Amino acid sequence: MHPAPSVILFTVLSGAGFGLLGLLGLGPALGAAPSGGLAALLLWGLGYALAGAGLIASGFHLGRPERALRAFSQWRSSWLSREAWATVAALLASAPVALASILGRPLPVAAGLVSGLICLATVLVTAMIYAQLKTVPRWHHWTVPALFAGFALTGGAILAGFGPFAALPALALGALMILAFRIGDGRFAAAGSTLATATGLGPAAGGGLRSFAPPHTGSNYLMREMIHVVGRRHARRLRRIAVLAGAVLPALILAALPAGILATALAAILHLAGALAQRWLFFAEAEHVVGLYYGAR
Amino acid sequence: MTSLPPPPAKKLGLVIDLDTCVGCQACVTACKGWNDQGHGAPLSDQDARGADPSGTFLNRVHSYEVTPPDAAARIVHFPRSCLHCDNAPCVTVCPTGASYKRAADGIVLVNEDACIGCGLCAWACPYGARELDAAAGVMKKCTLCVDRIDNATLAEQDRVPACVRTCPTGARHFGDLADPESAVSRLVAERGGYELMPEQGTRPTNRYLPPRPRDRIDDEAPLAPLLDIRPAGLAGWLDRVLGRL
Repeated sequence: MHPAPSVILFTVLSGAGFGLLGLLGLGPALGAAPSGGLAALLLWGLGYALAGAGLIASGFHLGRPERALRAFSQWRSSWLSREAWATVAALLASAPVALASILGRPLPVAAGLVSGLICLATVLVTAMIYAQLKTVPRWHHWTVPALFAGFALTGGAILAGFGPFAALPALALGALMILAFRIGDGRFAAAGSTLATATGLGPAAGGGLRSFAPPHTGSNYLMREMIHVVGRRHARRLRRIAVLAGAVLPALILAALPAGILATALAAILHLAGALAQRWLFFAEAEHVVGLYYGAR
Repeated sequence: MTSLPPPPAKKLGLVIDLDTCVGCQACVTACKGWNDQGHGAPLSDQDARGADPSGTFLNRVHSYEVTPPDAAARIVHFPRSCLHCDNAPCVTVCPTGASYKRAADGIVLVNEDACIGCGLCAWACPYGARELDAAAGVMKKCTLCVDRIDNATLAEQDRVPACVRTCPTGARHFGDLADPESAVSRLVAERGGYELMPEQGTRPTNRYLPPRPRDRIDDEAPLAPLLDIRPAGLAGWLDRVLGRL
C-alpha cells in the first residue's frame, strides 16, 4: 500500500494525542498525582494539538474534503464513520476533565475514567479501519489494533510524564512490534489468494501461469495506491529503527535518567521517530491482493 | 445506507468467456466512451498525450500466459471490472453512504455527490474494480451501464452495457444471474462458470467461463520430413555427379 504522508502523520499524531488525552483522563484512576495549573494546561493542550494535527492531516487524504461531514452518517456499518464519531466523542468528553484539571478543581475520578476510555477506544476504532480489510492480509489480524493501542499507551505515558512507569508499555510495545513483523510476513501466503484464484485459471494452467501483458503501459490509480514496492528495500533496517527508537531506547532512557523534562523530551522524540518508521512500514509492507492481477505485490 | 440489502431477487451481471475473448480492448474503449459522457463525473485522463499518461477506466483487459505441462501453451485475455458482489466489502466500509448496492437488481453503485474520495472502498475491493478519479476526486466504478439498460429511449438491442454491445467476438454476456433459466445462467451451468477469488468471501455476481481445453499438437515440427528429400531422376544424377567432382 502507498505510504501516503497524510495517513502516516494522521495515525501517528492522533494516536499519540489520544493516548495522551486518554492517560491524562485515566491518570487519577491509576493513582497518578493530579497536575494543575500551567503543567496541566501544557499537557492537555499538547494532547489536543496532536489529536487535532492528526485530524487535519487526515483531511488531506480525501478527494473531496469539503464533504467530510457526511462521514458521520454510516456508523452502523462503517468503521471509518465510527471513527469520526469516536473522535468527536473523545474530544468532547475530555474537555470538561481538562478544564477542571487546569483550573485546579478536578472532577470526580469517574469522569476522567470515562473520557480516558473513550480516547483509547478511538485509537482501537482507527485500527479497525485497517484490520477489517481482508484484501490486505497483513492488516487483517488482531496485532493491528494491539499495535495501535501499544503506540497510543506508550506515547501517551511518555508525554504525560509517567517517567519510569512509561518504560513498561514501551517494552511491551517493542515485543509486540517484533511479533507483528514475524506474523505479518506469513499473512499473505496464509490468506490463500494467488494469481490462480484471482483469475480462476489455475485448473487450466496446471501451475504454469504468469502475467504476460498488463492492461495499460502507464501507471494507474490501483498501482499507485495498492502496489508499492519502493520502501521495502530498506524494510529490515527500518524495522530495527522502529523497535529501537520506538520502544527500547525510550524505555532505557526513562528507566536510567532521572524523571524530568529532559528524559521525557528525549524519550518522546525518539518514540515518535520510531512510530513514524513503524507506520511507514505498516503501509509500505502491506500487500494488497489486487497486485496479483499485475503480477506484482 | 451502506448496509447491504437482503440478497436481491434479481442479480444483474456479466458472464465473460475467456475462451472467446481475443483481447482487442474494444470493451475498454466502449466503456470509457460511454461512461465519459453519461452517468456521473467523466472518466478523466492525466497527461494523456505526454510522457506519463494515466487515466480512469472501469474495465481493463489483462493478458496471462498459460503453460500447462500436458497441453499447448496459450495466452488468455482477461477483462477485469466490477463483479457486483452480493457481499460487497466496498459498500459496508463507506463512511458516507455514497457506496451502495441496489436492492432491486444488485448493481453496486456510487452516489458521486456524497463521495468524499477517501478511497477506502477501493482498498476493500480485492478485484481492483474501483478507481478514484484524479480530476473529480470521487470514486468511479462500473455501473453496468444503468443509463443504458433502463433507458427506454434506446433501441432494444442497445439496452445492454456498452462493453457487451461492442464485443466483436460475443465474449461478454449480460443478464440475470439469479434466474436459473436465463441465458447467462444456462451458459454458466454448461461451461462451468466460476467466481474470482472465492476465498475473499465477496460472493460475486459476475462469472467467468474457463478457456476450453485445446488439442495438443502431437507433431511439433510438421515440416521436418521435407528436410530429408532424396533427389531422384535428373536432379539425382546431377547430385551424384557434382558430389563426385
